[in-house]
Order: sequence, then structure tokens, then C-alpha cells
Amino acid sequence: MAHIELRNITKKFGSHTALTGLNLDIADGEFFVLLGETGAGKTTTLRLIAGLEKPTEGQVFIDGVDVANWGAAERDVALVLQQYSLYPRYTVRQNLEFPLKPKIRRLPDAEIKDRVDRAARTLRIEHLLDRKTDRLSGGEMQRVSIGRAIVRKPRVFLMDEPLSALDAKLREALRTELKNLQMQLGATFLFVTHDQIEAMSMGDKVGVLNHGRIVQTGTPHEIYNNPRDTYVASFVGSPPMNLIDGRLVNDRAVMAPMNFELPLTGGAKASGAADGRPLVFGIRPEDVYLESGAPVEARVHDVENHGVEKILTLRVGDTMLRATVPARTDVAIEQPVRFAWNPDKVVLFDKGSGVSLRHAG
Amino acid sequence: MTQIELRGIEKFFGAVQVIHNLNLAIADNEFIVLLGQSGCGKTTTLRAIAGLETIDQGDILIDGKAVQHLKAADRDIAMVFQSFSLYPHMTVFENIAFPLRATRMGSGEVDKSVREVARVLRITDLLDKKPSALSGGDMQRVAIGRALVRRPKAMLMDEPIGALDAKLREEMRAEIKRLHVKQGSTTIYVTHDQIEAMSLADRIVIMHEGFIQQVGTPDEVYSHPANLFVAQFVGSPVMNIAEASVADQAGATSVTVGGASTGFEFPHELLSKLNGHAGGGLTLGVRPEGVLVRRDAAPGYMPVEAHIIEPLGSFDVVDLKVGSKVLRARTKAGYVSGPGEKVHARIDPEQAHFFDTASGKSLGVRL
Repeated sequence: MAHIELRNITKKFGSHTALTGLNLDIADGEFFVLLGETGAGKTTTLRLIAGLEKPTEGQVFIDGVDVANWGAAERDVALVLQQYSLYPRYTVRQNLEFPLKPKIRRLPDAEIKDRVDRAARTLRIEHLLDRKTDRLSGGEMQRVSIGRAIVRKPRVFLMDEPLSALDAKLREALRTELKNLQMQLGATFLFVTHDQIEAMSMGDKVGVLNHGRIVQTGTPHEIYNNPRDTYVASFVGSPPMNLIDGRLVNDRAVMAPMNFELPLTGGAKASGAADGRPLVFGIRPEDVYLESGAPVEARVHDVENHGVEKILTLRVGDTMLRATVPARTDVAIEQPVRFAWNPDKVVLFDKGSGVSLRHAG
Repeated sequence: MTQIELRGIEKFFGAVQVIHNLNLAIADNEFIVLLGQSGCGKTTTLRAIAGLETIDQGDILIDGKAVQHLKAADRDIAMVFQSFSLYPHMTVFENIAFPLRATRMGSGEVDKSVREVARVLRITDLLDKKPSALSGGDMQRVAIGRALVRRPKAMLMDEPIGALDAKLREEMRAEIKRLHVKQGSTTIYVTHDQIEAMSLADRIVIMHEGFIQQVGTPDEVYSHPANLFVAQFVGSPVMNIAEASVADQAGATSVTVGGASTGFEFPHELLSKLNGHAGGGLTLGVRPEGVLVRRDAAPGYMPVEAHIIEPLGSFDVVDLKVGSKVLRARTKAGYVSGPGEKVHARIDPEQAHFFDTASGKSLGVRL
């Protein structure tokens, strides 16, 4: 159980700056996801908390105490990585016991057995306890790795892309399992990933990291519905938010490339944007809909079939935009269609800075 | 005009049988996707059609003519692989022209054919470049161009976009589909990615352990899976599966899962349609969108408790505790506020599937 705070962290590797002025506040018992592309600084952040790296500037606090002088062992955090790093010749039980059997301060045998059994039950790997780890599937191995972290009862779990090496079905299952585990343990989790679906589905809070800076921190709902800038808007959501260049003319959105027009509502107008100001209009695919009398004509460029729904790529001139439509919508490639958007859901971004007008003020 | 037919194909690697009595008729111009996990026999099937692999039993017919004894080169079929296999020392133009050089085509005609294919694939400006200067997507366009230029009878593609990153894969998938719509040619495409299969195919052939599990349009395999394997392989989030017991209850049929104290209400005719399976060995399948959730009580809905909620942007996936089982439901974003909330759920009878537990086969019940 721990509260983690990173204050104004900068980390340089030689001339390369990995993190710049990073502030993070992870509450006790929170599932916090750090989301970013490769090289954004996610793993560096994790290693700073674990005590495997020292910040160039700034401080790391665990439960309010500056841990600058604490070694990795004293910080009492558990790291789970994408690679499993299990002992192949040991059984699952021996692997789970291993962290509890250091040369000094060894736990009593009864306590070790109790912790291992409990972890195995939590992770549903009891039936595997006597098996050698090289006989396990990827998902089972990752469960054992997590089990090795659990038995120690650490203050914090730090997880570095633990699901990335698994196939899609298994990832889907383990997502829920991990979330379930965190709720059961009531532990603080910091989970690092490049996969926005993992971030959205598991995080109590998500921090979006780009080029060593935190762009936005919020609940999945906030990040999805009210992205701070076009980077977050296009990174979170699958398919991503449509972003179309245009300007405001007489309270309507006029798109630059093809001059097509769409209506806006009070909320968007009240954002303070002046007529003629270059903007980027953001709209989620589920807020674009087909309708025979709708204002804009497009061609169906592509149909992605998800069974439960279809994701259409619509083409207006050279502009492409996505629309999520019900599975029963019957459309063919190159068919002309008409579309509109839900004007309440439009997000306006400044063309120059990419920052949402809702966040600018 | 190319029809391909596979009749009673069997294939062994040593003692291991990798294809079992495979029968499939592919119509002219059809886009067929072979879908399955690695090791299911999909690539072996494709390679057998191409002539890169022999078969131990059965017939491969192209336009009614058995070709299993013909060499690959004599089958007039083009193949595109995941690895691009371009000649690094040749320009894009020469790479595409290569298959035509072996024929007696005049250079004027070669030039015309290459430029036509390049135009379709939008790589005209790359014709003078070497492959090393190209992006992954462009390399695969060139590889497709090289396959297309001969105007083969059929195009066979083995995970052609599997090595590309997600964004490029989407783009290339759209292009392959558009190309097929525009050019039209009998196409057989192998993938393990169900979204690719659902988006590209006229018909999907789902394979598992060397057996065809189901052949059908994307809508058929999604809405009417033939067995539990197909039901769980296609669709994300995955279909809920639970052993179920059925009871006759005051004019309706009640379907209980996870030993819950109450069952889900179904129309009375379910009992007769189950045709003797009501006694036991019955598995219920329902996709998350077929589990309907409301905040208030309503006729036909039973009270359940929400557990983990996965927000996925435009919608949430909510775990509902039903007895000892968890059923996952798809709801509007934010509809259920958090774990522990009491809500009401029912199963949409039209979206329910019933399987024989032992064989895994669908009972074909439609309500």
C-alpha cells in the first residue's frame, strides 16, 4: 500500500533528455496506467520509481518520504516485465517461493506455503504448482511472474508491458484478471503500456506520455471525451478521433479541403473561437452517422467489419473520415452516402498548437 | 474466369496429418479468406493450390481441370507472401516486369503492363527506385504488382500484411479490397486476424487442426457459428459461453447458468427447438451485445451484480455475476457506474446460441 509522487522529474542520458518536468501523483490503491509510444519515457519513469535509475532533477516520494537515498530493495516495489524471467528448471511452486527465501531474513516455512498457496489461488494456477515452468503457455508463465510479485506483498506493483507478448484473446482475458487482482489486493499498480485499449480498460487514471512529457492525466472517460490536444485525441480510441482542418464561419464548421459545412451547437460556439480562426475539428467515429438527408456527400472508401458493428472510411475529396455504423448497415465500396455529425460532440482544437479550446483557457 | 475446387484433400507431414478431407468450391471472382491459428493447415492448403506443396489424396481443380500433378509455374497462379521477396538490385519497374521477361512479350507491351499495374497500386512515382528505398507498405504494393502484372488466373495471398504496423495494415487491407472490387480476380487470402477476414472476405473458411470448421459469409460465421470453436474465434470481446440447464416455467422457458437461483427467460418454443438436448449437456453462447442491461427492473430481466467495467471508449464491457459465472455485456459508455452496482439483465433470445457441450456443435436453434 503506497502513495507515489513524482515531482518535477527530469532525466537525461548523456545529451538525450528522456523525461522533462514530469509530475505524477498516484494515489494509494490506484490502478494508474502510463500510456505512450515507444521511446516516450514510460520505462524510464518506472525504473526511477523502482530505484534502478536516479533522476537528473526532481524527487520521488513514496508515502510522502523522499526516497532519493533508498536502494531498489528498500523501496519494496515489485516489477513485472514483458519477458517472464522465470527459472526454467524450477517448478511453479519453487519459482513462487524463491523471492521468499533470501539468505537472510527468511520467512518461516508455514508462512511461505501460505503465501504461495494464496497467490496460486488468486491467479488460478494451483493446478500448475508442480509443473516445470518450461512446460507452461505464455499466459501461464505471465501469471507465475505476477505470482512471484504478489507473494512478496510489495508496496507497489510496477508492470512494464506485461501483456504485450501474448496473443489477442489471452490479452483480453488477462486484462480483466489483472484488474480483478488489483481490486482484490487493494494495491497500488503502475502499469506501463503503448496499447490504448489496455490503458482505457484497466486504468482508474491514465497518464499520456509523449516525448518525455505528461500531456494529460485523467480518468479514461476524461481522456476519451475531452482530450487535451490532437495528440491525445488521435492516440486514444480505436479507430481514433477524426481530425479535420477547417474554420468557423457564421457558427458553422467549414472544412478547409472540400469546403463542406457542418453545424455546431452552443457548446462549441461558446469556446470563444472567433470567426475565421483556423481550427481542427475533432469528432469520434461513433458520432458520425449516415442519413439520407444529411448535409455532406461522401463515398465509402473502406468497410471494416467487426461483426457487432462496421467501421466505414468515408471519402470527401481527399479527406478521409471514419464512421461507426450498426452491423446491419448495408454499404458497398465506392457507394455514395450522406453523413452528418453529432454537433454536441465536436471538439475544437487550435490549428497551430493542437490544444483543445476547452483546455486552453 | 477462374473457379477453383478442392476435393477430398488429405495431406501428411510424415506421420502427422495436417489436412483432413478438405472440400471447398470457390467461385469465379470470389474473395475467399482462410482463417485460423498458426498450425491449423491454412497455409498448407494455400501452398497446395499454388503447387508449392504436394497433396497425398484428393483433387485440385482449376476451371474444372485437375492440376495437382502440374508444376507451380504451369498453374498460372500468382502468390504474395508476408516477406516481400523483391530483387534488391532491381528497380521497382524491373521487379514488376520480371515475370513478364520470361514470356515472349514485347518490350512496349511490358512497359504498358507495368505502368498500368503501377497506376492501379499508386506507385508510379516509385518505378525508378530500388526496393531498399521503400517503406514496408510500398514494398508490399510492389510485390502485389509483380503478382498482378501477369494477369494470373488467381491470386493467393499468405498473410500479406501481417508484418506491417497496425496503421499501415489497415491502409493496405483497404487497398487490397478496393483492388479486388475494381480488378476482380479469384483470390484466396490466408490470415489469423479475424477482423481482416471479416472485412475482406466474400466467404470465410475457418480452419482448426486441419479440418474446416465452417464456410460462410462474414455475417453467417458471426451470427450463426457452426460450433464452439468458431463462436469463440470470431468476435471481440469473445462470446460468453456457459453450461446451461433449461426448465419449463409457466408459459416460458427458463435458462439457468452458473447455478444461479433464477434463470433467464426465453420464449416457450425454445424447449421444443432444443430437441431433446434440454435434459443436459447444453451450452449457451451469447455475445456481449446480446446481454441486455438496464438500471431498472423490467419484465424478463433478472437482478445481477456488476463487477469489473472495462471502458473501451465508445462503449463499456461490463462483467455481470450470474451465479458462479461471469457474463460480459456491452453497454453504452458509462451506463453502469462501477463494480458492485445492482443492475438487471436479460439475454436477447435472437442472439442466443445453443451448443451440444460434448461435440461443441451448434444445435441451430433460431428464435
